[in-house]
Amino acid sequence: MAKRVAIVGTGQTFHKSHRPDVNGQELINEAVLRALTDADLKMKDIDAIVIGNMDHFEGINYVDCWSVDGSGGTMKPIIKLTTGGTTGCTVAIGGYHLVGSGMFDRVLIIGWEKNSESDTTGAITTAFDPVWDRLVFAGAISGLAAEAQAYIARYGASERDGARVSVRDRKHAMNNPHAQLRKEVSLEEVLASPMLADPIHLLDVCPRSDGACAVIMASEDVAEKICPKPDWIWGTAARHSYSYLGDDDYGRLTSMREGSQELWKKAGIKEPRKELDVIELYQPYSFGGLIWIEDMGIVGPGEAPRYIWDGNTDMGGELPINPSGGVIATNPIGATGLIRCAEAAMQVMGKAEGRQVPDVNFAFSSGFGGCWWTDMILHGKKKPK
Amino acid sequence: MTEKEHIIIESGDAVQPFAYSVGMHGSKFFTELRDNRRFMAVKCPKCKKVYIPPRGVCGDCFVEMKDWLEVGPKGVIGTFTILRFAFIDPETGAQKPVPYGYGFIKFDGADTLFQHYISVEDESKIKIGARVEPVFSKDRKGSIRDIEYFKVID
Repeated sequence: MAKRVAIVGTGQTFHKSHRPDVNGQELINEAVLRALTDADLKMKDIDAIVIGNMDHFEGINYVDCWSVDGSGGTMKPIIKLTTGGTTGCTVAIGGYHLVGSGMFDRVLIIGWEKNSESDTTGAITTAFDPVWDRLVFAGAISGLAAEAQAYIARYGASERDGARVSVRDRKHAMNNPHAQLRKEVSLEEVLASPMLADPIHLLDVCPRSDGACAVIMASEDVAEKICPKPDWIWGTAARHSYSYLGDDDYGRLTSMREGSQELWKKAGIKEPRKELDVIELYQPYSFGGLIWIEDMGIVGPGEAPRYIWDGNTDMGGELPINPSGGVIATNPIGATGLIRCAEAAMQVMGKAEGRQVPDVNFAFSSGFGGCWWTDMILHGKKKPK
Repeated sequence: MTEKEHIIIESGDAVQPFAYSVGMHGSKFFTELRDNRRFMAVKCPKCKKVYIPPRGVCGDCFVEMKDWLEVGPKGVIGTFTILRFAFIDPETGAQKPVPYGYGFIKFDGADTLFQHYISVEDESKIKIGARVEPVFSKDRKGSIRDIEYFKVID
């Protein structure tokens, strides 16, 4: 019989573009210690560890063993999961399954990256097929630009609509001391920033970061003893759908549509726009904040620009998105999906401080990456039935 | 504080020995491209979707695909971008020359998109839906580089 699972503690680094003062293990350790402190647990209380990053960024391929000085994994069951950009959400889903299985009561989940240690775009390109994809593919920005271009052509959206999303996330980041980029920008500044790949400007996209995040999940047998008001996991879904980049339906994120439909069904969510209270979206560029919430069913196809211009996704709006500032403010890639999970958990637990959304019953977090993949988690205040 | 020098590790003139096999479907595709300048795709017997690059299994239906057919060589731009920032090409270790057109080509008769360069000689012509045709290399070796680029023909 599967166990219900809750998040009982989270921790993350103060994310920066470069952390030459620490090595990878030390960076990981900062997040682990903060998560243990948050849950008021000791390393001896942890039964197993799930860790992940995008290993070709640092060129270290046995991260599970290499990291134990930082993770505390000595003589504990430890497994590495890595799925590209979705890694941070995948490690959370993996931890959920380990606790849910009943074999481990307390699992420590870690996502991390030191993107300053290599060439990010070059490394991302090597994640793709050498025969069919690599000739013209130019890292994440090129594929995202092709998606935005298709969405604009299909629905008549504009570069201004994208820029509005970036203005929102960069403003929200001002409330988050852990965010790397904490500088408000205007719509005009986004549109005047250098064009990287049409229609994406520099200020439409995320940075690359050094950072780590840790989350502790516990089974229903111990969760409420550790934390009186834990964040209950209501369900997860994952879609890693395509083989080659040309297989995608550009202008729509099919993996988000299919995954979220599965998640709403599992959790009994009928109207996500009304039932969700906050979203932490793995949204590495502004236009994803338009396209992907349509695929989630928050609004209909082509309706996101109006919804966002009206302020519905700003702090204080109907459904705030990325109170943390999101990925546009901070992107240590292997940690990024887990930061979304931790931020959503903090919202449910009422621990999000200056970025807290009031009265959160349901929160949604996601991971994005690879060949148009999406992973997602539904978090809730009440214990699932 | 003085600026610290980074330790840079370079491979210099050394060659990295990657030798990728293109597989059963890739072999047929690249042989036809090299010898006959034809683009070969496969069709799903169940959903009738036409896949390029060709591969053995339809991911939507989980059925084996054995029906080969020729698509293109003309098509339309399915989507595209123009890359304007310089970055390292991990295939060569050199900076990729920018700007360049990155096209997702929808060949006549195909359902998936084929990635290649689009000529950016006249950027105003590059639009989703614009008709394109391939420009083949004179010296074809059976690789994706047997096509130099696609150009808008409207």
